[in-house]
Formats: sequence, C-alpha cells, structure tokens
Amino acid sequence: MKSKEGTVYKQSRKGRQGFSINDRAVADKNISDYLPKDLIRTNKARLPELSEFDVVRHYTRLSQQNFAIDTNFYPLGSCTMKYNPRINEETSSYDGFANTHPWQYQHTVQGNLKLMYELGESLKTITGMAGVTLQPAAGAHGEFTGLLCIRAFLENQGNPRKKVIIPDSAHGTNPSSAKLCGYDIVKIPTGPEGIMDVAAVAKVMDEDVAALMVTNPSTLGIFEKNIKEIADLVHDKGGFVYCDGANMNAVMGNVVVADLGVDCLHFNLHKTFTTPHGGGGPGSGPIVVSELLEPFLPKPVIKKTNEGRYVAEFDRPQSIGRVRAFFGNFGMLVRAYTYIRELGPEGIKQVSDMAVLNANYIRARLKDHYSLAFEAPSMHEVVFSDKSLKGTKVKTLDVAKRLLEFGMHAPTIYFPITVSGALMIEPTETENKETLDEFCETMIQIAKEAKESPEKLTEAPQNTFRSRLNEVKAVREPVLREQW
Amino acid sequence: MRYIPHTQEDIEAMLKTIGAASVDELFDGVPENLRHRELLPLPAALPEPELRKELTELAQMNQSVSQRKNFLGGGAYHHYVPSVIAPLVKRGEFLTAYTPYQPEVSQGTLQAIFEFQTMVCELTGMEVANASNYDLSTACPEAIMMAARINNKKKVLVARSTNPQYRDVIRTYFHSLDFEIEEVNFGSDGRVDADDLNQKLDDSVCALLVQSPNFFGVIEDMKSLGSKTKDLPALFISATPDPLAFSFYSPAEAGADIAIAEGMSFGLGLNYGGPYLGLFATKQEYIRQMPGRIVGQTEDTKGRSGYVLTFSTREQHIRREKATSNICTNQGLCALMASIYLSLLGPAGLESLAKLNFSRRDLFETEIKKTTPNAVVFSAPKFNETVVKLDQSVAQKVIALGKDGFLPGIDLSSFYPELENHLLVCTTEMNQEVDIKMLASRLVGA
Repeated sequence: MKSKEGTVYKQSRKGRQGFSINDRAVADKNISDYLPKDLIRTNKARLPELSEFDVVRHYTRLSQQNFAIDTNFYPLGSCTMKYNPRINEETSSYDGFANTHPWQYQHTVQGNLKLMYELGESLKTITGMAGVTLQPAAGAHGEFTGLLCIRAFLENQGNPRKKVIIPDSAHGTNPSSAKLCGYDIVKIPTGPEGIMDVAAVAKVMDEDVAALMVTNPSTLGIFEKNIKEIADLVHDKGGFVYCDGANMNAVMGNVVVADLGVDCLHFNLHKTFTTPHGGGGPGSGPIVVSELLEPFLPKPVIKKTNEGRYVAEFDRPQSIGRVRAFFGNFGMLVRAYTYIRELGPEGIKQVSDMAVLNANYIRARLKDHYSLAFEAPSMHEVVFSDKSLKGTKVKTLDVAKRLLEFGMHAPTIYFPITVSGALMIEPTETENKETLDEFCETMIQIAKEAKESPEKLTEAPQNTFRSRLNEVKAVREPVLREQW
Repeated sequence: MRYIPHTQEDIEAMLKTIGAASVDELFDGVPENLRHRELLPLPAALPEPELRKELTELAQMNQSVSQRKNFLGGGAYHHYVPSVIAPLVKRGEFLTAYTPYQPEVSQGTLQAIFEFQTMVCELTGMEVANASNYDLSTACPEAIMMAARINNKKKVLVARSTNPQYRDVIRTYFHSLDFEIEEVNFGSDGRVDADDLNQKLDDSVCALLVQSPNFFGVIEDMKSLGSKTKDLPALFISATPDPLAFSFYSPAEAGADIAIAEGMSFGLGLNYGGPYLGLFATKQEYIRQMPGRIVGQTEDTKGRSGYVLTFSTREQHIRREKATSNICTNQGLCALMASIYLSLLGPAGLESLAKLNFSRRDLFETEIKKTTPNAVVFSAPKFNETVVKLDQSVAQKVIALGKDGFLPGIDLSSFYPELENHLLVCTTEMNQEVDIKMLASRLVGA
C-alpha cells in the first residue's frame, strides 16, 4: 500500500474539475454582473482542482490509512466502538428522510415527527423517565442542555444555586459543561472501592449545590451501588442528580435509571445506539428528564395529539429555549430508531448482557498480567493501572503503541485521570470470542515483552502508516494548514 | 440477534474462565433492589425485511423536496449533492473510526481534517480553522464566548437580521452567564441599521455578530461594519449561512476577527436540519482561545511528514472546567463530506454555482416585479433569498400553493411582527426556471 498520499492541494492541476452542473446559462457572466464591485472579494479562495476520479482515489487512499471498527478491534474505553449496522445507513438515506427540509410545514413531515416521537418514547421507556428532547448535537451538548434545565427549574424557584458536584473520575466534558452553565465545580474523590463515597458527598452537599453529576457505571466500569442513597442525599437538599449516560451500553434492559433517583440523563446515540462515530462525529445527545424538569426542556418538544397527529410544540413558556437550530442531528435519530426497532426488548437486554460478559472475560484473562485498578466487579469495561509495569522501562503509552503493530486499536489510555497510567478496555457486545482471545493473548505477550524486550514497546509502532509522531513539534512549530 | 456473535458454547466457556455461574451473576455489582427483572415494554424486534418496510413507510409519510417544488431556505439550502460523496464517506474506514486519538493509525482522518482546515482558511481568508463545530447555530455562542475570553467584556450586539433560530440559541447559551445580549435593528434596505449600531457600539461591547447574507438574503456591507469595531475592544464575528457566498465574500477582507459559517451546503444534504457542519476560523493570535479540535502537521520518528491533534491543552479532556469549550465529538464525517465536495467543485465550480444561484434569484425578482413592482421589500443586493410582501396572509397562500406541489417559503411574521404577510423565498440551482416563473406569477396579484 502506498505509504504517502500527497494532500489534495498537491494533486491539484489548474483547469481540472470534478463537478458536473449545467451552467451554460451563466457561462458568459461574471459575479460582478450580479453584485457591485465593493461587495466582491479581492483574493479568491484557492480550492484544489481535480477530476472526479482523482478525488475518489485520493479519499479512498486516505481511508486506507485508518483503523476503524470495520477493519480492526477497537476497544476504546468509554467510546463503545461496536458494530454500526448497515441497515441504519440505508434507512437514513431514504428520500423521505434525507431530502426533507427543516422549515417544512408539519403536515408534510408527519413521518419525521412520528419517528422522533417514537424514538423519544423508546428512550423514555429504557430509562423510565418522563420527558425527552432529541435536540442536543452530541453528548457534551446534552450535558449542557440537562444542566440548563436544572438551572431553569431552580431559578424558577428563586435561586439557581452556585455549585455542581463532580467525581474526579468524570469525563472532562462534565466540569466543562457545568462551567458553561455558570456553575462552580466541587470535585469529590473516588472512594477506596472505585465508586463515590456517600460520606464524601454528604460532606459537600448543601443548599448551594444545584446538581451532582455522576457517570453510572462510572468511567472505571464499576456500578455506583450507593447511587440511590446518594440521590436521596442530594434530593433532601433540593439538588438534582444528573447522569452521564455514556455507559448506558452496560445497563440498558437490566437497570432503569429512574429507579436510581436520576433526574436527568443524556444518551450518546453514537455509543449506545450504533450511529457511526465518523472519525469524530456527528454525534447526537438526546436527554431524558424527570417530570419536574420536563417543562424546561428545549423547544420544540415533539408530541402526539389525541387525533394521532404528530406536532412540534413551541408553546412552552418555561422552556430554556433552543440549544440548536431545527431538530438536532436528525439523520442520527433515524439510525438510532432503526437500531432500537431491530433489537426489541430482548435485544436491548442482550446487548448489555453480552457487553458485560465480554468485558469480564477480558478482565479474567488479563488480571494476572496487568494490575486491576479496582477489585470491584466490572460492568462493560475494565480499567487496569500501570502498577504491573513499574520497574520495567515501559509506560502505558508504549503498551498502546505496541498493540497497534498487531492490528488492534489501543484502549483509552491515561483516563480516568485518577488511575495511574490507566488502560481502559471496552470490547462491546459485537466482538466474538476469537477476537477477544487474540487480543488477550497479544496483551499477555506484550506484558512479557515489557520485561524481556522493552524496546519492542518503546520503539513501536513500526509497521503502521507512521511511527510515533512528534507532538511537541506540532505545537512549537504549528503548521495548521497547507502552505504555499 | 444478528449483531451479537455469542453461541451458547461461547457463553459457557467464557463464564467458566470468569468463574461465574451465569451472565446474571455478572450484574451482582448492581444492588438487587436496583435490578430491573422484566422486559422493557418496547416495540417487538423486527427482522430486516419488516424493518425496511416499516422505515420505508415512515419515510413515505413525508413529502420530500424531490417530490415538491421547494423554495425553503432559512439556514438549510437545497443544493446538489454529487454522487461520489456517499460511497466515499460510507467507507467503513472513515465511517467507523473515532476521533483520531492514535495518530499512527488515523492518518486518513487526520490528513482529511488538515485539508479541510486549509479549505476553510481559503474560503474565509482567515489564518486558522478548527476541525468543525456542530453547526452554525451553536458556533454563534461559541464564537461569542471566545470573544469574551479575549476581551473580558460581556455585552454582545447581534444583528436582528440574523436567523431567529440562531438568536434563540444565543439567548439560551447566555441566559445563565450574566451576559447582556442586545439586538441591532435592520434598516429599510434590509441591512443592519447603521444609526442603531452606532448608538449601541462602544467600549463595553464584547462582540458584534452579523450574519451575511442575512436571514432576508440581503448581503450586508461587512467591510463597513467591520471597520466600526476596528478601534474598539469588540471583536467582529461574521456568520455565513450559505458558504457558497464565499465565492464573492471574504470575512477576512471585511475585518472579521472570527468567521463562522454553516457548511451544510457543501454536499451534506438537507436531512431535516442535521447533521450539519459548523465552520470556525479566526486569526493566528487567537488560536489558544479557539474551541474545538485542531489538526497540525508534524513528523514521525523516521522524519516522515504526518498529522496529529494539537493545541489540546485548550480542550475539556485536559483542562476540564478551564477548557475553551465543552465540545468533544464534533462533525468529523460532515467535514469530510464538505472536503470532498470542495475538491470536486474547485474554484471554477464554486464560481459557476454561485452565478447560477444569483441568476435564479434574479429571475425570481424580475418575474415578480412584472406583476407587482413593489413586492420585493428590501432594496440591497441579495444572494439566494428574497423577501416578498404578499397581499394576503402567508398561511393562506402556503396552503393554496401547497396543493400544487409548492413549498413556497418561510412565513416571517412570527419572527418579525412588522413583517406580517411577508414570505422568505429561497432559490438555488435546484429550482427549475419554469417553477420559479410559476411561483412568481402566483404569489402576488393573481
């Protein structure tokens, strides 16, 4: 395979074009025939010039320089890199969905509204919650939306409060979203069992606290077994419990989060409900909320009338307003809906059953070769620390890079930040036993190499498209665009 | 369940290795009173043939723009999507990768973003661009927050001729942040009212955000607006809803400090409003205040050129509550679609497409003026969109024209009370000349 693919600009030749449109009517015209000169730019944008086939080959070659779920085991913890069904891609491209306009009158888009309504109902059923919005564009956007609903409720009561409690093992988006809503962060430490300590919450919980943000199962892959007690504590002081739903793949069908005392939760449709990750998006971050928070959801909210029509309801006086134009990442909603309809109730439970089985299998096979961060039972992912690597010449990063040489994507590394040299492994339910075995055997071999031939790790990867890249140089001598 | 590979033998063997008697036992970490033992009351599972039928029927409950004569715009533009985009972005290697955390095995995604950043810089004339935001509506508050980090001010001026949905999003974002959002009115020609702006613009202003072409399709005099903030602390934020406008408009030449745009026109398709693509660019000096991912070029240990995510110390996974934004997942695949589109289009394609769009709108205005000379209310130059004053309510007209297959435009009255009976009509290269003429003849007078 070609080891270097020049940029699209390097392949550009003046006069080539890959776009086909009937422009005869304007062939003799200039932009200045339509606009006064002072409104026309002096320097034109330089775009590359290629034939259609040049473009196809360029991007096909680029694609071949990627690891992806379709090509490689991709146990990136917290990201739920499971198989993305192709039927989802088909249904979301149907003319009736893909070619509808967001300003269309509601009677002309009953199919879209029905799909959004039904998807919302399913998300409510899965969580036992009362209200839903599909508007947020990604998980972090959902966090922001949920916290704004909590803030609006409290404000409506006369005091928005000042603080949000967040465990130190949380995703970075949690504190960042809370800050964006005007809150100060109170960080609480992970307890000795790898979960939140009830006493630690009690110590900081007061009437200045608007919410506690919890990820359950936590980013350590451990179920927060004291969650109900903690929720009661928070509720007693008039606060709310926000649940980061990044790890819903571990529990759906087996736990209904409303039972845990959760008031608000976001889903990452690109994690739990198989919408493709796309090299970094688009995501989609619907939130579900309790009855108390429902009036504050962004507008519009999709409703079904008594006559069986579907409507986007705008008359919602307590709504926080819009968090995004239109209806959210609709194309992702079609994919997630397709997936949920394919699974049904048995399938939903089977997903989390097998996700937990796969993670525990990896845990069982690797626990004598790597150091478990915590002994508590693992759910859908397992986190190891770098304790077993102490005394060798290698770091977690080197283990990750060596894995790439075996054609496997690395787990999430150095997160959660509370675990020294964390290796966070999430296999997901769609991987078969042979793949897990191959991964485990490779990891065991790497553990052995770490002691016997550390250079195999520290010099890795050698057989990938690039060896280790100089990140310091990237910042010190920034080149952030093609130069001429 | 076809997505799950486990055989009964697999499950038994794995449980044996784990040392558990059943899968149920693996959930022992969940207290018994929090376990849910019944099946969820969800609709029953559908095998693929029935699933396809169900989704096909749902899709057919909609009237798509391919079956109708669509004249809706307002931030979502019906442009042609070339056939090669879908097969390329649906290649599993692009579709099913994630954020390129391991650059050695993600050079495809990284190089594509680097090329995308270059194209966004060229289109906007700005020095640096990020790897994308969710869309233009959310890029607006992100740009304002960035301005506030730079000058520590909290009063924001937003042109009232900016898409009302974007203004809603801005209000939502800043409600809890103790910012003052003030709107600047538009004048009789449809552009920002210079007097109103002059009155409101002073040392205390954090940012001036102007959309051009604005919600009425009117092209703002951005150079003149940009010059007003030049000697003030305020940053000038330029928002472009249809980036085809970059064929004639350069935010950098207008003096923009931050240029944001909606990229959906570049081959993404309408998709009922999303996923779309926020373009975000700024000056080099502000790079550390920019939200979102950035890709940079560097070298590997063998001296070969390669790409990495860089300037990550701005981001939430490192800086947590001190990050420039909470963005993690952005619109990676959509940025790829735009890059492919622009690579096909080239400079000549960009220009001819823009000219086609200008000519279609000109045709519409000419036609409507034949019967009703004063139907077009705003006199300033326009791109793609035209505000038309009807002689009856928009709702009635829409219903009447809807029967003949038209989606005639957006009713402006609920967003601008003074524009009662005003319709926003969008024309692109997708509108046939015969349909444009027919709509023009039926909107007023007749």
